[in-house]
Amino acid sequence: MEMLVASAIGILTGAGVYLVLRRRTLTVVVGLTLLSYGVNLFLFAMGRLTIDRPPVLTDGGAPYSDPLPQALVLTAIVISFGMTALVVVLALRGFLDTGTDDSAIREADMVRGFGPRHLGTEARKD
Amino acid sequence: MYVPLVVLIPTLGAVLPALAGRQGRAGCAAVAATASLAALTVLLSVAPAVMRGEPVGFHVPWIPQIGLALSFFVDGLGLFFAALILIMGVLVIVYGRYYLAPSDPPGRFFASLLLFQGAMLGIVLSDNIILMLVFWELTSLSSFLLIGYWNHLAESRQGARMALAITGGGGLALFAGVLLLGGIAGTYELSEIIGRADAVQSSPLFGPALALILLGAFTKSAQFPFHFWLPHAMAAPTPVSAYLHSATMVKAGIFLLARLWPVFGETEAWFLTVAPIGLATMLVGAWIAIFKDDLKAVLAYSTVSHLGLITMLLGFGTKMAAVAAVLHILNHALFKAALFMSAGIVDHETGTRSMARLGGLRRAMPVTAALAVTAAAAMAGVPLLNGFVSKEMMLESASHAVYAGQAWLVPLLATLGALFSVAYSARLAGMVFFGEERHPVDAHPHDPPAGMWLPVAVLVVPAIVLGLWPALAQPLVEVVAAAVVGGDLPEFQLALWHGLTPALGMSVAALLGGVAILVVYSPIDRIRIALPRPEAKAIFDASVRGGAAASQALVRTLQNEDLTRYALVIMLATVALGVFGFLTGPHGAGTRAMLEPSLPAVVGWGVLAVACGIAVVRHRDRLLLLLVTAVAGLVVSLTFLHFSAPDLALTQISVEVVTTILLLLALNLLPKTTPRETGAPLRMAHAGLAGASGLGAGLLAFAVLTRDYVPISDYHLAQARPGGGGTNVVNVILVDFRGYDTFGEIIVLGIAALVIFALLELSAKARRAAGWAARAPSYRTGSAHPIMLVVTTRLLLPLVLTAGVYIFLRGHNLPGGGFIAGIVVGIAFIMQYVASGYAWADERFHFDPQRMIAAGVLLAGLTGVGSWAFGHPFLTSTHGHVHIPLIGDVELASVLLFDLGVFLVVVGTVLLALATIAAVESIGDRRPADDRPAAGERRPIPARPVRIEEEERV
Repeated sequence: MEMLVASAIGILTGAGVYLVLRRRTLTVVVGLTLLSYGVNLFLFAMGRLTIDRPPVLTDGGAPYSDPLPQALVLTAIVISFGMTALVVVLALRGFLDTGTDDSAIREADMVRGFGPRHLGTEARKD
Repeated sequence: MYVPLVVLIPTLGAVLPALAGRQGRAGCAAVAATASLAALTVLLSVAPAVMRGEPVGFHVPWIPQIGLALSFFVDGLGLFFAALILIMGVLVIVYGRYYLAPSDPPGRFFASLLLFQGAMLGIVLSDNIILMLVFWELTSLSSFLLIGYWNHLAESRQGARMALAITGGGGLALFAGVLLLGGIAGTYELSEIIGRADAVQSSPLFGPALALILLGAFTKSAQFPFHFWLPHAMAAPTPVSAYLHSATMVKAGIFLLARLWPVFGETEAWFLTVAPIGLATMLVGAWIAIFKDDLKAVLAYSTVSHLGLITMLLGFGTKMAAVAAVLHILNHALFKAALFMSAGIVDHETGTRSMARLGGLRRAMPVTAALAVTAAAAMAGVPLLNGFVSKEMMLESASHAVYAGQAWLVPLLATLGALFSVAYSARLAGMVFFGEERHPVDAHPHDPPAGMWLPVAVLVVPAIVLGLWPALAQPLVEVVAAAVVGGDLPEFQLALWHGLTPALGMSVAALLGGVAILVVYSPIDRIRIALPRPEAKAIFDASVRGGAAASQALVRTLQNEDLTRYALVIMLATVALGVFGFLTGPHGAGTRAMLEPSLPAVVGWGVLAVACGIAVVRHRDRLLLLLVTAVAGLVVSLTFLHFSAPDLALTQISVEVVTTILLLLALNLLPKTTPRETGAPLRMAHAGLAGASGLGAGLLAFAVLTRDYVPISDYHLAQARPGGGGTNVVNVILVDFRGYDTFGEIIVLGIAALVIFALLELSAKARRAAGWAARAPSYRTGSAHPIMLVVTTRLLLPLVLTAGVYIFLRGHNLPGGGFIAGIVVGIAFIMQYVASGYAWADERFHFDPQRMIAAGVLLAGLTGVGSWAFGHPFLTSTHGHVHIPLIGDVELASVLLFDLGVFLVVVGTVLLALATIAAVESIGDRRPADDRPAAGERRPIPARPVRIEEEERV
């Protein structure tokens, strides 16, 4: 079972990384989503795997699975949602403004004279 | 008790001249001089005690955890330097009042000068070395302002920048060195460090600490090879040069060497580094000074040379050499400030500082000439003037120094330095004041007003007096030198005549040789010009340019405005870190017992693998990509369910729904396919990197999963019911134990939603693009809002809302809670937007998501604050049983209110994010509202400027 979960984490991470390295914004966003699945699962796995022992207290007093990674992952899931929503809207706005969803900024879309391409090109005063 | 005032009066008083700027030069100078005199008065009030050998201290802890204290102390050395700084300061202020042109802003000048004065006083009077560093940096900054005072001149700006770069850079090294020193000594108080010399000298960090501190001192005091900044700083107004480069700024490094002399002075490493560097500086500075044409350049290089002399004396590490150093600091301050001010007068009267254009000025300006020639003679070390006494003592000390086993080396080179010094002094005095009268034709030089030459006279008179009766300086020198060496001094007598000593012979040789050089000046100069000479400024500029070019190249490579590059760098770095960790750490098999794979798990794994495979291989079909991503998310939530995390499963599956809706809405406006843009080799490389990342993550997860560990959550499990009043431990952790985290998180979430809202305030151009890009479903299906979907979602709304309330209420005891309930309720409303259209929903829903977010954050915050009212810390919870009719006995905790805040924020976020996108989609719906085509008619393809169709063709 551990093998399955670990390899699932690996698969999600690998697929996420590959998609993040593509050149279009939506693909990158989806890649990030897959990557965060992998990361969340990884964090969750730090509490090890237990079956049928949710951390909901009962009178039986059975051993419970570790609630702490679960709480952390719960917030991580919600934050990932916030992040995904933000970057996808950023990508959308970029597309509507520039007419392209390329992940690189074209020269024409840059604020004039701004950015590293213009480093050192401004007139030397002295 | 009053000691800090000496430092604080000028430092804080620096605002006064700035405010008095309208009163003109006289007003500003008066204010500045008053501040300096007030500080001097305070200083002199403690002087009697210090002269008796009782240092005065002041100590207030500031940040004791890092050893920082507001502590000052005045001993002989501090008193000497502080008095020098203040007396020179007053003279320079008087002189500056007459020197400045009416067009120069006086407020800025005197404010910078006072700030600088205060900073210098801080260096020499601080007891805490970290405090001293603060003042040290402050001198670098304020001298930058002073050197660049004439900021319309390029050379001023360049000189100021160079001085800042060199002294500021040295300051950083000094910072590191001082921290090391304090760490070794176990205290940051100078007065205590001095007493722990043995501990410092035996520490393994002694070498690095010494090297870093020397770097700071040498850069500040313009020691070879950092000597080049000082001549370029001469672009400053002459009063500034007179002040900074005779008595203060450059003496800061000397002061530091003297202050730390008891710690380092008698070690071998000190002698082997400090003495030769001082000697080299003395020779190089004096040699260059002989051949300079600009009056101030000659003085600048002679200053470099004399600083080298003092450094060398301190470097000898003998107590007599330290006495000579102290005397020469005093003498040099007297004659060098006088010479700078005289040079300023000459410049002022003739309009030039070029010695080639000047001559015979003794007739036109006799007073200035008398003063300047006397000061130059003192600098040359002519007998009966103060320079002679200290130069004799220097030669005496040098004659005993044995370097690298060679007894003749140091004495010979020291005599050579003295000889050069005679040469440039004589040349300066002779060319400017003697010979045929020469000056620019339009100038009519004459002696300046008394306000300009009196300060010079005030300096020259003691130079003569101390030259005739050196014993007058004996008490002062004894106290100061005792403070430098930190112990008893050998018997010595300051006197004019010591008998026929080797030093006298060296002195005579220097005087004769110096004159001899001037006789054969022209041939020597020709030889010098023919030889290669390294130009320090060119080297400095080239290294600055090189550094800038290298950093630009690095930035352009890393930050090329291409997201893919950034992602690549991050991933490569992460994989490299992982590989490093793997290679350096131990790795064996885990021992934890593993679970048997179950059939559902194997099936789920297979589904996930296929979904991810499709995502990678077919990612250019974007709709398919989103679908398989949703499948992967579904498997992840089932995984949570399978491994005893029902809360996570609920959250993941509801978030999955919202995310998928969101991405689909975005896709409606974005291109539907992705073009193939990377070649096969690059794709293979990316696949390799992705494979490595996945392999690493998987192996790490497997390694952790197969090892046992000791959880820290036993506390949470034990305290959930008695402390938090709930049985769902995950929820209790979220809203109670880790409530502060959650509070921060919902704020982040709210901010994200607001940013989304702001981002979708579209420009006119973007609105047009959105109108064209959104494919209103009506044009394809004939019906924008399928009746089945509309009816179902409207029926579902109350049911889902009820479920949401239920999930919310039970959250504290069973899986559920504010997060999940918020998303579920959000989905219920979003379904209405999707099914019935934005316009329909927008008309009917009269709640404002932004206010909802604000209310949620406020409610959660107030719940936390509420516990203050009961004397508990922020976010302390309470709980109890409440009997509600019909429902029965309910256990309610105050955190329910907190969770309600979470709920409101999450609902608001989901609604704001998705409804805003839906509003953008509806631009496409509304545009053709008037000419909505009849059923079956195809939508005309509009001509448009955006590049959407290109992607779609691929």
